[in-house]
Amino acid sequence: MKILLITEQRAGQWNKVSFETLVAAQHIAQDVGGSLTGAVVGNGVGALAEDLSGYELAEVLCIEHNLLGDYTPDGFSIALRQVIESTKADLLLLPHTYQVRDFAPKLAASIGRGMIGDSIGYRHENGKLIFVRQMFQGRTAADVVFKGEPPWLASFQAGAFRADLANKHRSGRAPVQNVSVELKPEQIRTRPLELFREAKQAVDLTQAPVLVSVGRGIKAPENIPMAERLAKLLGGEVSASRPICDEGWLPMDRQIGSSGQTVMPKLYLALGISGAIQHVVGMKGARTVAAINKDQNAPIFEVADYGIVGDLFEIVPALIEELEKTKAG
Amino acid sequence: MKIGVCVKQVPAKDAPLALVDGSAWIRESDIGFETNEPDGFALEEALRLKEKHGGEVVAISMGPERAKQTLKEALAKGAERAIHISDPEFFKLDPLTSAGCFAAAIQSQRFDLILTGLQSDDQGFGQTGVLVAELLGWPHATIIMAIEATDASLKLKRELEGGWFQRVEVPLPAVLTIQSGINKPRYATLKGIMLAKKKEILTLERASLGVADAGTQQVERIYVPQKSKKTEFITGSPKEAAAKLVEKLRHEARVI
Repeated sequence: MKILLITEQRAGQWNKVSFETLVAAQHIAQDVGGSLTGAVVGNGVGALAEDLSGYELAEVLCIEHNLLGDYTPDGFSIALRQVIESTKADLLLLPHTYQVRDFAPKLAASIGRGMIGDSIGYRHENGKLIFVRQMFQGRTAADVVFKGEPPWLASFQAGAFRADLANKHRSGRAPVQNVSVELKPEQIRTRPLELFREAKQAVDLTQAPVLVSVGRGIKAPENIPMAERLAKLLGGEVSASRPICDEGWLPMDRQIGSSGQTVMPKLYLALGISGAIQHVVGMKGARTVAAINKDQNAPIFEVADYGIVGDLFEIVPALIEELEKTKAG
Repeated sequence: MKIGVCVKQVPAKDAPLALVDGSAWIRESDIGFETNEPDGFALEEALRLKEKHGGEVVAISMGPERAKQTLKEALAKGAERAIHISDPEFFKLDPLTSAGCFAAAIQSQRFDLILTGLQSDDQGFGQTGVLVAELLGWPHATIIMAIEATDASLKLKRELEGGWFQRVEVPLPAVLTIQSGINKPRYATLKGIMLAKKKEILTLERASLGVADAGTQQVERIYVPQKSKKTEFITGSPKEAAAKLVEKLRHEARVI
């Protein structure tokens, strides 16, 4: 099986999830006895290709074109379709980033094939690759298999594999091959314009030792101060899942998850957060996770070290009382 | 502007899910369903574009008979008409086949714009919008947080990761997937609910669309996930549980 890892970069900076997918790809290549090629896509990305060649790969493709400098779904899918054809790759593995979500299904459909997106793991059983992904917002897992002939595409969620476990190249460096693709300006229908960040980050949640994080279970903005009080007693900050920030109950810069910040505090205390994957990818690196939720089947308990099933409006005041008591004592 | 909105009906957020042995779906009896949250934001955005620029909003859903409830809600909020692609076993379709059915139903409608949520809260493939665009031969943009329409194109704010955004321009016709939080979806008014009763829901049997099963992938089974961590559940009254948790965090985990 020929496996092709498509890494991601923007303006010469790696998207680090690429290296988690590299680990998945190295494992899969080993399990199925396949060869693994890495690819860097963009314009002026030779240094990144060189960087990638230090890892255990058969070769590295440096796919460059001036129309690939700024990402567009048309440009990337036309270019990678040519690469799939020229390399005769059987399996493309990609990090499940916003960019991959934007072009990979299109790329797969353009060759009449499918993509298994957002996988959190895989198994190799009886010669068959089974991809594990989540359904129902993380409340169930699903085993998904490809049907029909390759090439196939699959993407892995951030945090599914540990980037620091990537195997370095055994004898120095993998050969880097420059790959040219044919692209014309008129093939690219969307026009990418400026990149920008919105409001200034008023708080740096990545530096907080403790985060008290609220989800839908907090029910109303009037209940946020309760979480703030608890956070203060624990010497930390308040953060939230996306719906709370969408509602405007807390500012966007306090959002944890794939569209917000990724944090690794000593303690992450989740109040009324169900634990959808988009949230969990932002906090699963916490050293200790404690969760309070009324639903004992909430997926947040899958990543929690300590769990209390119950009414947070009873338990949080009791926690505050307990902490004030011991502090005073 | 003639806008199609793809909406899905999914199990309610707090619905207890019962798995069915040998199936890749859940037991549908005894649970509530609701409109997929991201699709609700897409519908609201379509209604606002129509109110600003004129035109028509058509809600399109695929699913069993129950999916009509989601279409009725869209009509009550202000969509002009609805299309129901009827298939009780829609959940067996792979993303490419599902998208093929939407594309087939959309093809004859001469839409300027298709909106849908960025993903569904049930299967969560997160591919439908992108695939519909590819099958129609239209451009697309995903995870959209703002839309500004001009004559023949749209200026969009696209969400990237880690607090970054990008502006992109897309010519019409196009497909957009909408990010949650782009707007505050309206509630249906009593008047809207009354008016909706007279609006048309066109039902198309999925099989009649003549879309072949792309058969690219299959969900073999769904199951309760294995825990990656062993969770210690703390029981007792709220007061007892709180005291025990503080004790554990302080002396066992040593994080406070």
